[in-house]
This record gives sequence, structure tokens and C-alpha cells, in this order.
Amino acid sequence: MGGFDLDTMLQELQEQMGEKLKVDADDFFTFLKPEPNELPQLMQTLRARYGFNHLANLCSVDYGEEFELVYHLYSIPDNRKIAVKTRVRRSLAELPSIMQIYPTADWQEREVYDLMGIKFKGHTNLVRVLLPDDFAGHPLRKDFKIVG
Amino acid sequence: MLQTDQYTVNIGPQHPSTHGGLHVEALMDGEFVVDAIVHLGYVHRSVEKIAESRTYPQFVPYTSRLDYLASHLPTIGYCQAVEKLMGIEVPERAEYLRVIMAEFSRIASHLLFIGSMAIDLGATTGLIYCFRDRERIMDMFEMTSGQRLVASYGRIGGVSEDVPENFYPAARSFLQDLPKMIDEYNGLITGNEILQCRIKGVGTLSAEDAIAYGVTGPNLRACGIDYDLRKADPYGIYDRFEFDVPLGSQGDSWDRYIVRLEEIQQSARIIEQALDAMPEGEVRAKVPRVLKPEAGKEVYYRIESSKGELGYYIVADGGEKPYRVHVRAPSFVNLMVLPIISRGGKLQDIIANIATLDPVLGESDR
Repeated sequence: MGGFDLDTMLQELQEQMGEKLKVDADDFFTFLKPEPNELPQLMQTLRARYGFNHLANLCSVDYGEEFELVYHLYSIPDNRKIAVKTRVRRSLAELPSIMQIYPTADWQEREVYDLMGIKFKGHTNLVRVLLPDDFAGHPLRKDFKIVG
Repeated sequence: MLQTDQYTVNIGPQHPSTHGGLHVEALMDGEFVVDAIVHLGYVHRSVEKIAESRTYPQFVPYTSRLDYLASHLPTIGYCQAVEKLMGIEVPERAEYLRVIMAEFSRIASHLLFIGSMAIDLGATTGLIYCFRDRERIMDMFEMTSGQRLVASYGRIGGVSEDVPENFYPAARSFLQDLPKMIDEYNGLITGNEILQCRIKGVGTLSAEDAIAYGVTGPNLRACGIDYDLRKADPYGIYDRFEFDVPLGSQGDSWDRYIVRLEEIQQSARIIEQALDAMPEGEVRAKVPRVLKPEAGKEVYYRIESSKGELGYYIVADGGEKPYRVHVRAPSFVNLMVLPIISRGGKLQDIIANIATLDPVLGESDR
């Protein structure tokens, strides 16, 4: 890959996706914030066109009304990094899977489903990965009662 | 034509070769593996949920229990993540001590890998030799932290205390004896024809698959991809040391073994440089008694652990407890390729593949 800078990439992506993509940044990461349904398309572009071939981390955070999905991407040869964030409503708790684009999302999405109860459309084997199959509830949700 | 049926063989979770509670359901066609289904969660303690009810410093001992075979690495990673979140500077001496402990942990973990691989493949003597040498590292950990296995030595802002005087001769003599140990392993294990037959060309993982499935650490480097976070994305003071990144070429079990064997020697090089260059001084920065990172701040921080990319994603809400902690466990992600590299092989190859992927279940199940 090589010859592009992050600003050019952000500009191109925003031209392509318009209103459906917001861009944000903090001290450590630049965040791309697409709408959930645009996620596979964006991931495909990031991987194929901009060389972000390493999906390092995939996890979710419970913000009450909404769940936030966070994807940390790196490119192995040139060590660029970017984070993708998207939010889904708690009542819906569903978004497209990206396991066809990044196979490593397979178990990581299963873990999110297992512990936070978010469903991934298009995942071929969305079953619990850490907890027993007959476990009730999703412990990482903030409203999960810890009995002690 | 003889009619055959597929059948299932369960490996684990109580099988000794599964390194502490891994269950693999092998679907067999005669002697050959059609598929291997991995069942995890036997060591699940929900540390991510526990983190939400502990203060930032209180969570430190839990991190040691993630990868308990190299307990300094996850602790240092967590402390550095919180320091990055809060902008805490760590004293020079503490940085050096962290590097020394981290690399000793890596050596201990790789020694255990070699030993457990040897015994999984039927070479009991290999285990005894590696444990004999790993014991010396455990003694050093005991000297410095009072704990052998789960040291909890790192602290947010530095390390818990300085090393005692008798640590230096122990460390130096270990480094001095290391070439002899490696020679022994080479004679006993590496050069062993039976072992070579068991792991050469077995469990081959292509570089494309390795990247696609997020495999990191020695397992990725065995595929010939030069990606070591200590070099590619240096953290702490790793940019000050000279060392090589051992690479494989085939991505088979043999390469995964050789890469780790060589990494032991590179880690020893780093420790030697760190011992020489370590300055005197404080080992802990003055940090507030109650840590409250700003609300809305978050960080994803990753280190090269002995198993691969160990990442912490921490979200703060302004209180003294983290809002969310997620651990990106390399063992968890690496295990995803076990079915891929096992298909088409024999049942015995699954054992070799588990051994050379080197998962630690405390970390993958969290």
C-alpha cells in the first residue's frame, strides 16, 4: 500500500458516504462513525482499498439506551491505525456481521453476542462462546444483576 | 466398497494436553480429521465484569491471573494502559524493571511451551529439563514480589518495589547458563527425530489465513510475517534495545517451535542490555491515591505478550472505577485457527497443534 495519508482517506470516504459517516478523533485514535447498515461496506473499503488488514479488537460498550460497537483496525505492513465505532439501539441490538470481510470477527462477534446480547446479521454460527448454552442473560449488560 | 461412518472424538476438557480446560470435539473420518470444533469457557471468570466493580488499582491482581504463565506481561500491559489514559509518567528505573520482568516472563512462558509440547508429544524428559530451568525464573519472581506464578508486580505508575540485591547475581547467572540450556534442548528435543516427524509439516498455517484470522505473536511470525509490536509499534522503552525478530517460513508446528526457541535467546539479549543500562532511582511515580480518569476518555493499548497481541480497551466515566474494560486476549483469537490447521490431518496432529499454538486458557476464557 503506502502512498496515501490519513486525511486523503478521510476525505475520500466522506465524499463516498456523505451524511452516513461521521469522523471524530481523540488523543489516540481517529474514529470513523458510520451508520450500522453501512458498516460492512466501510470495512470492505478499509480492508481492500486502504490496507487495514488486521482487525485487532472488536468489542462493545453498554451506554444504556444504545450499545456501541468498537473496531480497532491496523495495517500490518505500514502500521497505520484507525477505529470504527457504530451505535445500535438497545431495543434492536442487531447489526450486520463483518465475519465475511474479517474472518477474525467470527469468535469476537460471538463473544459480544454471548456477553452483551447483540446479534450479528449474517453470522454463520452465532452461538455462545464462553458461557454455557443454557445460561440466561448477558452479563456485561449494565442491568445484569450480580447475585452474591 | 467398505462403508464408513464419521464419528466424534472428544479431547478434553480434562485431558492433560489441553493446557487447563480446553474442549475440542474432533469429527473423524477413519484416522483423519474432518473438522475440529473448539469449546471454550471452562475457566471463564468474567474478569471484564469484575473490572467494572473494582477501582483501577484494585484490578491489577486480576490481570496477573489472565496469562498466569507469564503473569508480568498482562499486568504491565494493564498498568501502561491506565497510565496512557491518565498521562502518568513512569520513572526510568521502573521502565527498565518492567522490561526485565516482562522478558523473563516471556522466557518462562516459552520454556513452559517447549516442556509441555515435549510431554504432549510423549517426551517426558523434555518437560523435566525445561521446568528445571523455568524454576530459576520463578525463584527470581519470588525474590522480587513474593509470588512465583501470579506476581502482580506492576503498579499504576511503576512497580511495587525495587528488586533485592540477590536478584542481580541470580539474573546474571541465568543469562550466563542460557546458551548451555539451549544446547541441551537442541540435543534432547530439537534434534529428536521422533519429535521432528510429529511436528514438521504439521498444522501448516498460511500467512494470508494468519492475518485474516487475527493471529499474532510467535504464531504469526512463524508464517514469515515480521510483526512484533516491540518493534512495529514500540511501547515503553523497547525502542532502546537491540534485538532481532525470529521468523519462520512455512508456518507449521515446527516453525512455531523454532521461533519460540529463538525468541528466548532474543529476550535474554534484551534483559542483558536492560541490566547494564538500568539507572538508579525511584521505582514508582507519585500517583494520586484515588485515580479518576476524565469522563469519556478511552484507550486501546496493546503490548506484545508471550502469546501475541494483548490489548486493553478501557473506557472511563469520571469515577474511580472503569466504565468498561475489554481484554483482547491473543490466546482466544489464536485458537480460532485450530480447526483450519487441523482439518485433513490425523488425531495426533490436533495434540501437536494445540501444543504449538500455545494457548493459555486463563487468558482465552477470561
